[in-house]
Amino acid sequence: MILLDRVTKKYGRVATPALDRISLHVEPKEFVIVVGQSGAGKSTLLKLLTREERQTSGKIIIGGIDYDKLKDKDIPLLRRKIGVVFQDFKLLPNRTVFENVAFALEIVGMGNREIRHTVPKVLDIVNLKGKEKRMPLELSGGERQRVAIARAIVRQPKILIADEPTGNLDPKHAWDVISVLEKINRYGTTVLLTTHNQEIVNKLKRRVVTIQHGQIVSDRAKAAYNL
Amino acid sequence: MKRKFVTFSRIINTGVVNFIRNAWLAIAAMAVMVVTLTTVLLSLLANTTFNYTISQITSKIDVSVYLKDTVTDQQRSKLMTELKELPNTESVKFVSKEEVLKKYMEDNAGNAELLSAVSQTDNPLPATIQIKPRDLNKLEEIKQYLTKSDVAALQSDQPSYSGDRKEAIDKITHATNILQKVGIIAVLIFAVISVLIIFNTIQMAIFNRRDELTIMRLLGASTWYIRGPFVVESILYGIISAVASVLLINSAFVAARSTLEATSLGLLDINYSAEYFREHFWTLLLLQLGVGILIGAASSTVATQRYLKFKTHK
Repeated sequence: MILLDRVTKKYGRVATPALDRISLHVEPKEFVIVVGQSGAGKSTLLKLLTREERQTSGKIIIGGIDYDKLKDKDIPLLRRKIGVVFQDFKLLPNRTVFENVAFALEIVGMGNREIRHTVPKVLDIVNLKGKEKRMPLELSGGERQRVAIARAIVRQPKILIADEPTGNLDPKHAWDVISVLEKINRYGTTVLLTTHNQEIVNKLKRRVVTIQHGQIVSDRAKAAYNL
Repeated sequence: MKRKFVTFSRIINTGVVNFIRNAWLAIAAMAVMVVTLTTVLLSLLANTTFNYTISQITSKIDVSVYLKDTVTDQQRSKLMTELKELPNTESVKFVSKEEVLKKYMEDNAGNAELLSAVSQTDNPLPATIQIKPRDLNKLEEIKQYLTKSDVAALQSDQPSYSGDRKEAIDKITHATNILQKVGIIAVLIFAVISVLIIFNTIQMAIFNRRDELTIMRLLGASTWYIRGPFVVESILYGIISAVASVLLINSAFVAARSTLEATSLGLLDINYSAEYFREHFWTLLLLQLGVGILIGAASSTVATQRYLKFKTHK
């Protein structure tokens, strides 16, 4: 599903690369946690996957798409296949919960009737039923993050990338978010989660990839937090 | 297909909504666009009117050959036939002594002194052959024919080449050429200014919505889904400005008609301009719409270009 082969990313003329020959293979329906301290290269890794940045060298293949052969006009199509949850939510503040989720469907040209039918189902999955008409600022951090997750999964992507979705949340809300991610994973979506929350990593007992100074220092199944 | 239509109508819809939200910002853009389009229209009208004036004056120009009273009908008709055969001759017309006198008396109806110099019985005015040339700049040939000794012998006076009128025509032609150039330069300058201002307006609109655009980009919105509304918005500037400029000119003509009794300002025949404007109203409106839409679409496409680029450096 996700294949990285000796991927290196250098920013500008900075001598030390943000990512240094990273190789990673993620199977379909896997749940992978990427851990590492700030500046280790986690965010760079995710930005390469969503093609916000281009790798300096190495190969990236996701769902059969070779990023080197990807044309600019196909980048939107790629992004439609990958759901992304951002640490800062990236919700539109002047639109309701419903509209924020519907936004992702409008972009791909879905008709209004179909949107009205689809969005409530997804809001139900993330336990936000009844909050369709709220504005993002009226919600708690955890609820906002679940709106973001709803938006990321409403197009039923094969891959969900979540960049520190619990970073700004207190433990209770963090767990709400994590359990939603697990639920989505059970439905068959490959989940790639970055975090530096030790407790979450230890309790989830999933595959853990540890990044340090731009390199993968460990990659273990059902591992615990180990930095 | 259905998705394309849904997307298309969403783009139009968003564009119109943004236009309404941006109205105050858009006023500056539209004002300068109205100036541009009005300049386009005015230069066009002025040019047409000048051309009309030139053709009016040109059509009145002729070469007059004054005949001695002793010239027989036979000599006269031979002369006219030969003149007709010259390649640059459009038409030849004979004016008899009586007709010339009648015209003279009409022209000088108010001047008793001049009138007293002539009378039916004592008519000093010569019979005249009027030659209308095809090309005013090629009078040499006619001139040559008329100065041949046998032809010259029939004439009471030097032929008149409407020399003063030709000079006037040259002046108008020259003025029209300058006007055309000034018009084109003015149109270009204003077009550049409006492109820049619309460019700026769209840039500000983009800046106001940059977060939304970033999110759209990350969620996989296509380039035209993001750009489309801005293009629609600036096309609306173009349409409104085009209509405004046409209405502006129209009311200017209405005002001119009611305030100016004498509507002919020297070379600019305002009556003709107004009539031309009325006759070609829809064509001119269409032209203005075309120019306005082009300026709007081009500047917003460029304005969004930089913002929509994907990172290509490795």
